[in-house]
Amino acid sequence: MPWTTVQVEKLDNFFIKGDTAGDRVLTYREALHEAFDQALERDPKVFIMGEGVDDIAGVFGTTKGLKEKYGPDRVFDTPIAENSLTGIAAGAAMAGLRPVLIHARMDFMLLSLDQLVNHASKWCYMFGGKVNVPLVVRTISARGWGSGAQHSQCIQGMLMNVPGLKIVAPATPYDAKGLMISAIMDNNPVLFVEHRWLHKTTGHVPEEVYSIPIGRGVIRRKGEDITIVAVSYMLVEALKAAEKLEEAGISAEVVDLRTLKPFDEEILAESVAKTGRLLIADTGCKTGSAASEIAAFAAETVFHFLKSPVKRVCCPDTPTPTSDVLEKAYYPNDVDIFAEAVKLVED
Amino acid sequence: MEEGKLLEMYRTMRLIRLIEQRINDEYKYDEIKTPIHLSIGQEAVAAGVCIHLRKDDYVFGTHRGHALYIAKGGDIRKMIAELYLRKTGCALGRGGSMHLVDTDVGILGFTAIVGGNIPLGTGTALVSKLQNNDRVTVVFFGDGAADEGTFHESLNFAALKKLPVVYVCENNYYAINSHQLARQADDNIYRWAENYGMPGFRIDGNDVMMVSEYARKAIERCRNGAGPTLIECVTYRWKGHIGTVEDVGEGYRPRDEYEYWVSKCPLKWYSDFLKAKGVLTDELLQSIDEEINSLIEEAFEFAQNSPKPSPDELLEYVYAD
Repeated sequence: MPWTTVQVEKLDNFFIKGDTAGDRVLTYREALHEAFDQALERDPKVFIMGEGVDDIAGVFGTTKGLKEKYGPDRVFDTPIAENSLTGIAAGAAMAGLRPVLIHARMDFMLLSLDQLVNHASKWCYMFGGKVNVPLVVRTISARGWGSGAQHSQCIQGMLMNVPGLKIVAPATPYDAKGLMISAIMDNNPVLFVEHRWLHKTTGHVPEEVYSIPIGRGVIRRKGEDITIVAVSYMLVEALKAAEKLEEAGISAEVVDLRTLKPFDEEILAESVAKTGRLLIADTGCKTGSAASEIAAFAAETVFHFLKSPVKRVCCPDTPTPTSDVLEKAYYPNDVDIFAEAVKLVED
Repeated sequence: MEEGKLLEMYRTMRLIRLIEQRINDEYKYDEIKTPIHLSIGQEAVAAGVCIHLRKDDYVFGTHRGHALYIAKGGDIRKMIAELYLRKTGCALGRGGSMHLVDTDVGILGFTAIVGGNIPLGTGTALVSKLQNNDRVTVVFFGDGAADEGTFHESLNFAALKKLPVVYVCENNYYAINSHQLARQADDNIYRWAENYGMPGFRIDGNDVMMVSEYARKAIERCRNGAGPTLIECVTYRWKGHIGTVEDVGEGYRPRDEYEYWVSKCPLKWYSDFLKAKGVLTDELLQSIDEEINSLIEEAFEFAQNSPKPSPDELLEYVYAD
């Protein structure tokens, strides 16, 4: 069994409560599979390409069987040439199709930044809106089981600095499906940031096709004493921490921005204005992270509401270690969020 | 080739030459506030290839893109307005000389990153294949782009998928001031094609008849579903890499090399050829020049009298609706 699978299969099936009504429960990966299946079914312009998308594993099960159902022109494997494949997908988008390009590791996407940053993201602006690039780049960050420095990066913060690129990072099955549908329908390059440890998360997912507006966040848990903004997988850790905080008499509001660029400024500002405290939990390294940008926004707009300094809970500014001992020390979790939140409230 | 087409190629080459010269002459007035890269000396490549393309075929060019834009039938007034960074420009003044666009004639945008257009054109060719139509894409790039990974990655993919794309390398030997042989172990760009599994040719890029003949076959091959071709057109730019600078002589390109290529002027060769064939006369030459000059005059007048963007438009077009 592949190593990442060993790791992920050990995780609990974290259940996301209250995302939507109904009693149909799917995992995050099943929700994504359904999004791809429905998008391919509805729109002949949609196709999926990437390294290994049509193999037996089907990108952790998310594309399994789709080639058999829609044919090798619509779901196909590619050479290991991330940069040109991104440009090829972008060119196809310019000519009117809606490609979904998959990088099974976010680290591999670094090879493609010329086409993503210099080309796809700039095209609309550089040509005065004459040519659009409706491209979805889906990336998956791994974690644990010795993934190490080149198989576990979460570089969404770095990419928030790219004008013209939209970035979504859904943390629940409901959002994964709805935001994938939105990303495919959007007329811009959209980076779909996914975390391997979310794949087993479960939640309610309606069977019908639906979309979630890009740029709209959601309050996952209401609270009064502190706002915890959690990015991607850190939502799971934040919700666990919020439970414990409640037991300790602290009422934490958990905000899930869902879209990192452009992010929901209103929901963030309103929550911080109410609680007066802000902790941001991100999956990436601290410096220049999504957390940094969220903190900067808060400093610019709701500084006068803050009762204590803003706190970022991120990975340290080191490459990811492979040693299981160091790895444990590297990743922040619900215990860290809890401890930092208590400090802020008691400050 | 029929007479009309022969004359059309001449007219295109002459239009490119005269526009480029006019841009060169106007540049000193500092109203064209964008880096320009002139194609004087390389006119035969774009003209010889594009004569076989339909309006709905795609081309992808580079920062040195005026010639291709003109040859593919791009709107001249909008191109000059773009050089003047006016709102009426083909990219609303947001792209400049290096980023020309005209979607009406299959120009989806030129890039200023060396080799960056090669995957994009491979992508539009993929669409032709997936949609089962016979639209062809031609990607134009320089010898410098053969240094880049995108050249190799894209050729591999196009051959693998048998895509309807023609890769046209305009080998003018220089990447800014670096000679090809300072960057590549051998002078053999066209031979990469063989390993990637497609036909590859090296031809005289100053001989528009030869360019046209090889391009015709490659484009036909695409329309018949037989896959991509690489054509290396050996040519030479007369001006320096950028702007209106001359870069011939000590420390730069050797003068005898430059003079050899000027003696191989593609326009002179072709007009002599057409005259010998009886297709072109001095009278016709003159009337073509007059017609072109009035087009150019009109384009420059249009551009110079067009409004510039206003500062409140700064944030528009970051995202498409």
